[in-house]
Amino acid sequence: MTSDLFTYTLRLADDAAILGQRLGEWCGHAPTLEEDIGLANVGLDHIGQARALYTHAGAVEGAGRDEDQLCFLRKEREFGNCLLVEQPNTDFAHTIARQLFFSAFMLPFWRKLTGSRDETLAAIAAKAEKEAAYHLRHSGEWTIRLGDGTDESRMRMQAAVDTLWSYTGELFEADEVVSRLVADGIAVDPESLRGEWHASVRDLLDEALLRMPPEGWMQTGGRSGRHSESFGHLLTEMQYMQRTYPGMRW
Amino acid sequence: MASATPPFEQSTDLLSLDDAARRKRAWDAAAEVPDPEVPVLTIADLGVLRDVRVTGDTAVEVDITPTYTGCPAMAVFTFDIEAALRNAGFRTVTINTVLSPAWTTDWLSDEAREKLRAYGIAPPAGKASRRALFGDDEVACPRCGSFDTEKVSEFGSTACKALWRCRSCAEPFDYFKCH
Repeated sequence: MTSDLFTYTLRLADDAAILGQRLGEWCGHAPTLEEDIGLANVGLDHIGQARALYTHAGAVEGAGRDEDQLCFLRKEREFGNCLLVEQPNTDFAHTIARQLFFSAFMLPFWRKLTGSRDETLAAIAAKAEKEAAYHLRHSGEWTIRLGDGTDESRMRMQAAVDTLWSYTGELFEADEVVSRLVADGIAVDPESLRGEWHASVRDLLDEALLRMPPEGWMQTGGRSGRHSESFGHLLTEMQYMQRTYPGMRW
Repeated sequence: MASATPPFEQSTDLLSLDDAARRKRAWDAAAEVPDPEVPVLTIADLGVLRDVRVTGDTAVEVDITPTYTGCPAMAVFTFDIEAALRNAGFRTVTINTVLSPAWTTDWLSDEAREKLRAYGIAPPAGKASRRALFGDDEVACPRCGSFDTEKVSEFGSTACKALWRCRSCAEPFDYFKCH
């Protein structure tokens, strides 16, 4: 039987790894050199978080799986990341909106997780909180610049916000795994972050002269392994090396 | 280089030392390992080196903590620490990564900050409080000392640095971010 802590830690690791992989796709393709470096830096932060979380998950599981095995040798349906992080880059506006929605959630999330009774999760959170602060500032500044920019940039930024909005509901989902860990003082109750998330997103969209989408139907499924079509393609690329040369190490 | 066999004299020499002296030998060897990205700073200057314990006649255990979780220099640190300790006569080197307490730029000594500035990197301004993480820092140009500077990019040549420019002397420079 897999423990709740293993499942929970693995989901956090998957969120970080998949978003890191998506951001890495920009390397060499961003609109300016500074942004190329910037997006790669943000991606690197997420991959660093993923490595620490996978290593912890492997230790919790106690079956001898390391970070590489957990990240590169699990199948699509075994990944528990939210759907938001796997959404394709599409254009720069979609990349920024995805980051904004995610980082606005993760900043208060990590802050609260520093109080977790699981010492390793608390320690990872203490580092990740600072990184999330940079990510939110970076994506927030771009949201304002693009929203309050040209007709073209505003149209694209609004389209990105509207398209990705339906993937934000999943951030606040709590199944029985999360609920049991919240009761144990290990996990963060995501519902407790809704007010802060909503306020920071609303303030940024207001300043960017963008429309906040109305509350509506929300996508779901990522936490239980039901992913979007593009996810399999992402895994094909991300897992290529370990699938082709199983067990290889640098 | 990492697997180099230690010179014979050093190994035997090590065995003649008492515990405190062996621990000092180990600490001094590890402490001198430079940051591959910022070679004027050592891992001791950075606060990355947390503890060194001698666990046997020629066995040593080292605790290091990452600066940024994704810092690629950590892998290089690990190789370099092992090589330095083997050269100091230790045959078994174990390196642990500890996450708590989380590293902060507040651990940089005044001496380390001055080394950074002399090297052309503006040291972190102030304390890594939540306000410092969100507000814009006042950063002095490491070349001419002017505060008439501007941020070019939040992200610089490494995860720990941002790209800035001095309006007074027109010099672009790296800024070691508060973290």
